[in-house]
Amino acid sequence: MKVSVPHMGHLHWMMDDLFERLEVEYVKPPPSTTKTLTIGAKHSPEFACLPLKINVGNYIEALETGADTLVMAGGHGPCRFGYYGIVEQRILLDLGYEFNFLMLEPFSDGALAFYKTFKSLSPGLTIPKLYRILKISFSKGRAFDYLYKRSLQVRAYEVNRGDTSRAIREAEQILTLARTPDEIEEAAREALAVVDAVEQDPDREVLKVCVVGEFFLLLEPFSNFGLEEILGHMDVYLERSVWVTDWIAPKRDNKVYGFPKKFVEEKAAPYLNHNVGGEGRETIGGIVLAAERGFDGIIQLLPFGCMPENIATSIIPKVQRDHDIPVLTLAFDEQTGRAGMVTRIEAFLDLLEARRKTGKTGTYVSYVSQKPSAAV
Amino acid sequence: MRVGIPRSLLYYKYLPFWKTFLAELGLEVETSPLTNKKILSWGVEVAENELCVPVKAFYGHCMALRGRVDALFVPRVVSVEEREYTCPKFLGLPDMVAAVADQLELPPLLTPKLNQREKPSEFKWQLINFARDQFGLSRWDAIAALEAARVAQKRYQEELVRGRKPLDLLPASRLNRPRWKTPKSERKRIGLLGHPYNIYDGYITQNLIARLEEMGAELVVPEMTDHHVLMEAATDVPKQLYWTYEKEIMGAVNHWTRQKMVDGVIYVLAFACGPDSLVQVLIEHRARTHNVPLMSLTIDEHSGEAGLVTRIEAFTDMLMRKKRTAEAVA
Repeated sequence: MKVSVPHMGHLHWMMDDLFERLEVEYVKPPPSTTKTLTIGAKHSPEFACLPLKINVGNYIEALETGADTLVMAGGHGPCRFGYYGIVEQRILLDLGYEFNFLMLEPFSDGALAFYKTFKSLSPGLTIPKLYRILKISFSKGRAFDYLYKRSLQVRAYEVNRGDTSRAIREAEQILTLARTPDEIEEAAREALAVVDAVEQDPDREVLKVCVVGEFFLLLEPFSNFGLEEILGHMDVYLERSVWVTDWIAPKRDNKVYGFPKKFVEEKAAPYLNHNVGGEGRETIGGIVLAAERGFDGIIQLLPFGCMPENIATSIIPKVQRDHDIPVLTLAFDEQTGRAGMVTRIEAFLDLLEARRKTGKTGTYVSYVSQKPSAAV
Repeated sequence: MRVGIPRSLLYYKYLPFWKTFLAELGLEVETSPLTNKKILSWGVEVAENELCVPVKAFYGHCMALRGRVDALFVPRVVSVEEREYTCPKFLGLPDMVAAVADQLELPPLLTPKLNQREKPSEFKWQLINFARDQFGLSRWDAIAALEAARVAQKRYQEELVRGRKPLDLLPASRLNRPRWKTPKSERKRIGLLGHPYNIYDGYITQNLIARLEEMGAELVVPEMTDHHVLMEAATDVPKQLYWTYEKEIMGAVNHWTRQKMVDGVIYVLAFACGPDSLVQVLIEHRARTHNVPLMSLTIDEHSGEAGLVTRIEAFTDMLMRKKRTAEAVA
């Protein structure tokens, strides 16, 4: 059996580890490229959201490299994501591919079904063993996330452009080799030291921007043209709301900038007082929080037509007025071009700088709480 | 106190219930006029441009009620079935309207939350609490209002099953009648699939119903089938849909193809409709495997009349030819 999972940002590091422990052969889909997206968009419904189109492209490329079992996460709505798997399966079957398809429904929707999905991949798997495996792989995922979190801040101050990105690639190699919990902890420290060792200029004036929005667009650099790297190279200090491990955490109590979800929801309550699926409420709460913490500006990312984010986008003008903070909304689909995005970002950063000169920006309050390799 | 109900979205599904309930609470109920050019362009102007056209029209209908009512009734309809949702946009609708309320000088909003995702019939308590908190009414008064509303809604749904269209039953509106009739032998049965707020809104879908009838269609709509039958038929998918209204659509197409009730299906979907964009794949597959011609008709605020007419003409002609060929072979 050769299992494949579509790309979602840095999830593949965790999948490498997880499938090795499950003793299942894992076929990593070829890295997403323009071709992947073209194939995906060709076979997907016209106004399905961008992540689905990239998923379909990933699946087709994985099937052509020899995968025979495809896994997709499920959900119970109201966002479209929970029904992705079924639609993707239908599209691929209609194209004539032959494969096994597994929907991994969230743990909270039935622990037994969750276990059985894994068991069908790896016979002989017991519940305690699965728990141990998931716990270790998850801690590795957390360590990776912590690396990337740190890199967003280091990159703004780097002396030689590109140093941080090089350091990250080196750190990834250190971390991915670690096996036992002790090794992972050790490797996490070592990898972080590599990133911190990047030569920095602490006196540099940097703009502080917060990136919020839909999780796939935030997690997958391919879908947003490597927005974070582009911004980092423009000397922008970044924080991002969602991380891979936060998003797949068992209780889905995902943290937003390290704040508990409840707290962020309270911040959103005056504007959006109900869950609308996806990341809609967290986006609004995140904007309020970022404004209170003195960020210069906010960038919201969403796939074109994303329902929860569009609700948020409809409400943002009011939040913007009340809190006096600029928000740039960028919607992505298969037609979006990199140059257009960069131009808009540049204009936005000019605006932020002008606001800073007129003293319109508050004082930034730093928040650093996450420890590397926190447990499940 | 006068309460306004925008003539858009769930109006087409639940108006008898809401109207009776509010009237029994002692309120005067007013609805906005039929969608027209002005209403839609108001909505398009204020709404976020990626939203679907019925939600844009909803903004316009709220604006049309300005100055005529003391409050707008914009319920938050989270769920109408156990373990299901409506659509994310209905979940956020009151907040979306509230975000522009100051700027547009809208009347205050009444936004009861209706959610029976966890427990069926939970919405009754939600409405009883709403009546108490907003208008200080006793529990018994609210229960009496609920009962009257339930009866009104039941009668409405029975009429729909009998084949009458919502527009014939809802106040101050009339379905555009076809200007001529096709002889019975020439007619073909066309299933018209889509959300009621699209297919019955004569402005958004450009009198699609009357046009189809003029072209000799005998229309079959999901509302003609009992809700439970639709829900049962909708279970014929690999994973249960969690959007109730999409589930109805899926159930309708499954039911029609299974019972051979239609010669062809026209599927009306709004541009950028989230749930429909996915369910579309399953519906098209179902029609293909059961050998029923299906046309997906995407609409938005820029849809032109000529394009629509050309497409439905071509589709009905194709059905007619198919029918004649089948008869000739027989």
